[in-house]
Amino acid sequence: MNWQAITDMLPLLAEGAGLTLQLLFLSGFLGLCLAVPVAIARLSKTWWINILPRTYVFLFRGTPLLVQLFLIYYGLGQFEAVRESIFWIVLKEAYWCAVITFTLHTGAYISEILRGAIQTVPVGEVEAARAVGMSHRQVYTRILLPRAFRIALPAYGNEIILMLKASALASTITLLDITGMARTVYAKNYLPMESFLTAGAFYLVLTYGLTLFIRYLEHRLHADRKEPVVIIG
Amino acid sequence: MIDLHGFEGLLLQGTIVTVKLTFTALALGLVLGLIGATAKLSDTAIFRWMGNSYSTLVRGLPEFLVVLSFYFGASHVLMMIAAKFGYDEYIEVSGFVAGFVALGFIFGAYASELFRGAIIAIPKGQAEAARALGMSSFQTFFRITLPQVWRIALPGLGNLFMILMKDTALVSVVGLEELLRVTAFAVGRTKEPFTFYLAAAVIYLVLTSLASFGLRHLEKRASTGVRELAS
Repeated sequence: MNWQAITDMLPLLAEGAGLTLQLLFLSGFLGLCLAVPVAIARLSKTWWINILPRTYVFLFRGTPLLVQLFLIYYGLGQFEAVRESIFWIVLKEAYWCAVITFTLHTGAYISEILRGAIQTVPVGEVEAARAVGMSHRQVYTRILLPRAFRIALPAYGNEIILMLKASALASTITLLDITGMARTVYAKNYLPMESFLTAGAFYLVLTYGLTLFIRYLEHRLHADRKEPVVIIG
Repeated sequence: MIDLHGFEGLLLQGTIVTVKLTFTALALGLVLGLIGATAKLSDTAIFRWMGNSYSTLVRGLPEFLVVLSFYFGASHVLMMIAAKFGYDEYIEVSGFVAGFVALGFIFGAYASELFRGAIIAIPKGQAEAARALGMSSFQTFFRITLPQVWRIALPGLGNLFMILMKDTALVSVVGLEELLRVTAFAVGRTKEPFTFYLAAAVIYLVLTSLASFGLRHLEKRASTGVRELAS
């Protein structure tokens, strides 16, 4: 082990970690925003409403993320119309292509998690809400969605951690995230073990940190599961 | 229909490499998973510790980074070992070997958790009954435990298999001529990235759809004779 090489690369990897986290939080948040309408539409009993989210989820879960990334980053530029539209300002940037791809990818998975969670909300609660006169929309915003978010939280946490690991692919489209930095460093010093193992340590720390954060959130959102405070008089 | 400019044959060859890679990695992963699960359930603390650290570590690392480390690291480590024995030539590890070992290694880490759960789920009395009938512990494992582990772990293994199939795309980055790599080659020749990456996406979709169809069939077969809950 060349310890000097490892200490030299630490600032670079820390910089890469910043980008990794940016990509992760942006796509994790946008993916969640996208997933809510998708999950609701997916639950519709009308076929022409649920066909679109069904196809979307099937396409994005059935193909590798790397292919999706290449399709958006390299692929869209094939069309003259795309290159001349105003979207090109965004689509020519590797950063935004990564954000868009990750959002679409994780959105598909999160929507399935949400769909499952909405379906697990006890029927009685929805019936009760209807019985007190709530409209369809109110049942969703007041009962189904808040309940579903709590039920889905552990699975959403897993998905965020999977996305953290998947974000390493951003390095294939020139972005300098943790893996990107490790690859640049390796190209200079030819020390594979030092470069990649140190990068791996960064990921392990981030995974661990995220796990703790999700556990904290779960604790906060489940007030009902907390131990009652016992006052000994 | 999309015009592939005569690259159909090349894409087919790439698909075959992808399928081969998937199944080789699967075989290695299943073996590693079983070894890992046995280690986790072992009575010896050091084995339990090794099994647990294996899955904790691998599950915390990006798959892509593991593939890169195996590809670039393997020849480095092999050369270091060889140098100790006085062999100074350059040793190159092929993309296929590095790829299937890396993917199998990842698969094994996740599978060991599934197998551990499945082994625990089998009532202890069955193994005891087998021992009482005079089966050796080896026989008990292969005749009583393993067939049931297969049934219980199969849905989870199916998910892992689908993930594995998609993860083979990562190996394209280290130069193995699998589906995504040959697609990139065709893109370089024709300058039609969208057409070809879309074609690759369709092929992956077909592969994963076939896999999910096959898995459903396997699951049905594995649970023959299992009582279902009356609804």
